Amino acid sequence: MDNVIIQLNNITKKFDGEIILDDITLSVKKNEFVTFLGPSGCGKTTTLRIIGGFERPDEGEVYFDGQLINDIPPFKRQLNTVFQKYALFPHLNVYENIAFGLRIKKMDEKNISTKVERMLELFNLKNYGKRRIDQLSGGQQQRIAIARALVNEPKVLLLDEPLGALDLKLRKEMQHELKAMQKQLGITFIYVTHDQEEALTMSDTIVVMNDGIIQQMGSPIDIYNEPENAFVADFIGESNILSGVMIDDYLVEFLGKRFECLDAGFGRGEEVDVVIRPEDLDLTPAGEGKLEGIVKSVIFKGVHYEMDIDARGFEFLVHSTDMAPVGATVGLTLTPDDIHIMEKGD
Amino acid sequence: MKDRTKYFAYPYVVWIFLFIALPAFLVLLYSSTTKESNGLTTIHFTLENYKKFFQPIYLNILWDSIYLAAVSTVICLILGYPAALIISNTHVSKRNTLLFLCILPMWMNMLLRTYAWMTILGNNGILNNFFAFIGLPTFNMLYTRGATVMGMVYNFIPFMILPIYTALSKMDKGLLEAADDLGADKKTVFTKVILPLSMPGVISGIIMVFMPAVSTFIIPQLLGGNKSMMIGNLVEKLFILNGDWNFGSAISMVMMIIILLSMSIMNKFDIDKEGGARLW
Repeated sequence: MDNVIIQLNNITKKFDGEIILDDITLSVKKNEFVTFLGPSGCGKTTTLRIIGGFERPDEGEVYFDGQLINDIPPFKRQLNTVFQKYALFPHLNVYENIAFGLRIKKMDEKNISTKVERMLELFNLKNYGKRRIDQLSGGQQQRIAIARALVNEPKVLLLDEPLGALDLKLRKEMQHELKAMQKQLGITFIYVTHDQEEALTMSDTIVVMNDGIIQQMGSPIDIYNEPENAFVADFIGESNILSGVMIDDYLVEFLGKRFECLDAGFGRGEEVDVVIRPEDLDLTPAGEGKLEGIVKSVIFKGVHYEMDIDARGFEFLVHSTDMAPVGATVGLTLTPDDIHIMEKGD
Repeated sequence: MKDRTKYFAYPYVVWIFLFIALPAFLVLLYSSTTKESNGLTTIHFTLENYKKFFQPIYLNILWDSIYLAAVSTVICLILGYPAALIISNTHVSKRNTLLFLCILPMWMNMLLRTYAWMTILGNNGILNNFFAFIGLPTFNMLYTRGATVMGMVYNFIPFMILPIYTALSKMDKGLLEAADDLGADKKTVFTKVILPLSMPGVISGIIMVFMPAVSTFIIPQLLGGNKSMMIGNLVEKLFILNGDWNFGSAISMVMMIIILLSMSIMNKFDIDKEGGARLW
């Protein structure tokens, strides 16, 4: 337990009577990279703001390093935030922005200078100290926002979609930089994003949220391979979600056919959601697969082809390095571990 | 298309010429000629008018005007900044009402408002009657320098509140959270973030209060009596009573130069390059 740095217990938050967070309980370990992932309005940013102290939970407790911090204002909390829109001070130059927190702590000038210069170096901004904030690119501003937070050596760094405004290439670069930095500095990162790929790339633990509820919490591999419900399956990567019926343990029926699977413990005859990842479906010549379908569309995606294949009235999304032309009849094969069974969602 | 749009600017050019450039030129002409030059043939240039102004008696009036206007501006700032802060922190639904209340008095004629103050401050005015009623001694408020300053503060304070309010409400609230996050308590957030970021508004406010205050003549005339002759009164007197347009114009020119100088100095302090709250 003493490895836990942040603990949320039964957090509930309402805005104007609308429930934003519904009984959230989670813990974050030291030196962990945790990502809150979910669509906009799912409550991920509100959770982050509660940890940061900018919102107060209506119910529940927030613990930091074993201490209840519900009533502690942000400026007394030992964590720092990188804001979505960076919130850099426009009246201060780069150096003074980074030094802001240190000056408030009344650190002496020499120490401040050492620390700020180190940050500028770390973020490849060595000669930018005297620059005005509006003379910088989005990527540079973003790095200064992180530097401004990190220079205070917080125990936990909160990041609210910090890469949202950057272009794809820069975003990828920053993802790796951030991950490397987190490992190097040994600081707990709590990261909010709606980008599932970003979450999978960077996190030790992903917390998938929707409608103010934690849908699933686990390592990227668990979340991707073993989604607990159709929402998670659909949100993390692309999926084909079909309605099926459990015939028996390890046997499921959908599209009028029976398939072996690896799931057990459902009731006989229970209606379930069947999730199949598009890259798990393999193309075979017509007549050789368990399912047969007609190719409706083909898009070349570089590494693979993306195809819509209509089989027994269901349009499968298939990612494959093999290609069949539009209108062709093809077979589709599935192995038992390609089939993920989950309880029927709403 | 591009070529044709420039013609749309012509009416403004004509307007600026007729109502700004030409009058300014005429003032300059009057200020540098003698009273006797009443035609192109008899025109006579001189610097006498300017020389006349640089005598202790007139310089004292100038100094006094600047002093009273400065005092009024400082009081406006002290009262107006918190007011702007309160308005900008009020919930949106009530904010417009407060702003409206700020502007409402300006819909009334300034002369009327100033007359109203005479009945409030007079020896038998409302305030003195009230003091007498609660057993306090009455005292002479009207026709003092204090009354002039009060009248100027009352009349010009909206010009201080509005630009500061604009600067404050434009401020990204995320910056306040960021400062809070970085360890700044409420007082530090104010001194290190709110105050410096609202400086453009403060500077606009100072200019907008100081300029009309330094050249006003109706307020000192009505509320200050003959105790506080301000530069505006002097100019008015020279034009209306003495008929000395030349000397009056010279004083106007001096005032214009002083105001332009002080404005450019103020703009130097204005570090905010985002534009925004600047009204000039």
